[in-house]
Amino acid sequence: MADSVTQLESLVPPRELRRGPQAPYQRGLGWLTDHLTAMPEGKTPRWWWVLFVPAAFCAAVVLPTMLIYLISTGVGVWGNNQPVAWGWGIINFVWWVGVAHAGTLISAMLFLTRQHWRTAIGRAAETMTVFAVMMAGIYPAIHVGRVWWAWWLFPIPLTTDMWPQFRSPLMWDVFAVNTYLIVSTLFWYMGLIPDLALLRDRAKTRVRKFLYGLFALGWTGSARQWHNYEKAYLVLSGLATLLVFTVSSIVGMDFATAQLAGWHETIFPFYFVAGAVFCGFGMVLVLLIPLRKWCHLEDIITLRHIDRVCKMTLMMGCIMGYIYAMEYFIAWYSGSPYDAWVFGHRLFGHYYWFGGWIMIGVNALLPQLFWIKKVRQNLALIFVIAVLINIGMWFERFVIIVGSLYQDFLPANWHAFYPTWVDAGTYLGTLGVFFTMYLLFVRFLPMVAVSEVKSITPQADPHHPLGGAKGGRP
Amino acid sequence: MNPRLYGLIAEFDSPAAILRAAEKVRDAGFRRWDVFSPFPIHGLEKVMGFKNSLVGWFALVFGGSAFIGSMLMIWYMNDYSYPILVGGKPMFSPPQALVPSYILLVLSSAVGAFVGMVVMNRFPRLYHPLFKNNRFALVSRDKFFLVIETADPKFSETETRALLESAGSAHIELAVE
Repeated sequence: MADSVTQLESLVPPRELRRGPQAPYQRGLGWLTDHLTAMPEGKTPRWWWVLFVPAAFCAAVVLPTMLIYLISTGVGVWGNNQPVAWGWGIINFVWWVGVAHAGTLISAMLFLTRQHWRTAIGRAAETMTVFAVMMAGIYPAIHVGRVWWAWWLFPIPLTTDMWPQFRSPLMWDVFAVNTYLIVSTLFWYMGLIPDLALLRDRAKTRVRKFLYGLFALGWTGSARQWHNYEKAYLVLSGLATLLVFTVSSIVGMDFATAQLAGWHETIFPFYFVAGAVFCGFGMVLVLLIPLRKWCHLEDIITLRHIDRVCKMTLMMGCIMGYIYAMEYFIAWYSGSPYDAWVFGHRLFGHYYWFGGWIMIGVNALLPQLFWIKKVRQNLALIFVIAVLINIGMWFERFVIIVGSLYQDFLPANWHAFYPTWVDAGTYLGTLGVFFTMYLLFVRFLPMVAVSEVKSITPQADPHHPLGGAKGGRP
Repeated sequence: MNPRLYGLIAEFDSPAAILRAAEKVRDAGFRRWDVFSPFPIHGLEKVMGFKNSLVGWFALVFGGSAFIGSMLMIWYMNDYSYPILVGGKPMFSPPQALVPSYILLVLSSAVGAFVGMVVMNRFPRLYHPLFKNNRFALVSRDKFFLVIETADPKFSETETRALLESAGSAHIELAVE
């Protein structure tokens, strides 16, 4: 195992045969393995506890308290009322679903398009997806009011013969979100199997060997297993790619089918997909920039990776800008006075005008900074921008939901919306659960897909000199 | 009693070396052998003569039946068992039933792909004779192994060992059952 750093310079092929490396990994396979398993196998670092304790407090105390209070008392403990019947509950639902999307895009779509650089960040992003969808799923379930009847949403045979009403996009949403959770969990777990086997093979204690071995299902890394595994991975990534476009489209249709100015737009499905991916990239950056430093992964998740994620964020930001402009254009071109009223009040309204400015300023204009290479190299600045993007996307949903609802068709109904401490506590609680689970993942499972990263190195290519071809040696 | 032999296990250092060794073993006419590696080695499936994996068919059958089943389910629930008129819309129309059916198609295909992978690989199989071999633990790290089972009709301890040596293996060991 003494190949910590392999000197590979002399084996590089002549210049005319060289292709730009997808990922600049000039390291031996053993070094990569040791380095990427260091976090799950090493001691718990102090930063981990510093983050884990408050997150776990929010998860174990704040969220259960809020849920028990909400369920035992009623949805009235939130700020929701008529006409703003959808408040933070749905804002947070849409926000969490959005956060999830970038993970699927990175792990599935970039896999199909053969973007090998994705291997370094795919696992971290996919994990974000799984946990974010779980958090999203909490909100509609507790928002129905009588939570103990939430199972009516599923087509279960009853003596009353009552069935779900499949013409409603809200019903489609139930299926879409649950499907998203199951598919992304399967995809995530299947990707983990070879790495679980790796941790099993390296385990020092019996408990670790048993647990990792149990979940590795008996993986040996045989060519037959890889053959079936790769096929399943390909099929799953194709299906997950479909979900990138489906889930948020259906969330958008929840709104678009309503006869409400500000919601009744055919652009909504695409709008929500773009917004979701954009917000998700923000969250990927928020998670990866600190973690790559604290977990010593600067050589794996390089500045080039961050640079590429920034460019994707920039692209999505431009799409957001286009959609915002299009929305205003449609509102004007439709000639509908209600549309004109709602969209005018998003920027110059009585109550929530600041939301519109935050939405346009942060989501459409701020990412334009990523045109500048210096900005894409400045990690602190990227982190700040990414946090702001997440906040901006939260406000976008606030503008869409509260901003469209609080001024009803009938002025006598108009009523402002104020969130309560239970709204805020529930949101804080789901953030706590998300980060608790994410920290546990970082601590006990490899944050980077080890076998995938190894498979894209030149040493893994049997036709490359570094892979042993033509007399080369690894 | 001596433990039963499982096979000969030969270790290699690079993907190219094991690809060449696999070609030799195939040309020698062995049938019960396999290659173990920390990541998939492309080109190996051709050498080993794998057919297209059946996993895709699992996904197709699961997804297709879910789609048809879901269309029928929606028709049964909203048109046959308990029809409710909503906004003058038809009791059942394929375009509106398409969306939940399509979602269930994706869900079931994904489950099918996973089940297919598990079934085709005969998971969960928590015990394997090779797990007893100490060097084999490096298979998930950076070593490549070629195993020829004693169950192969052409297996002979001395000749097979000589073949693997000529294929350039650095370490050859006997693996026990």
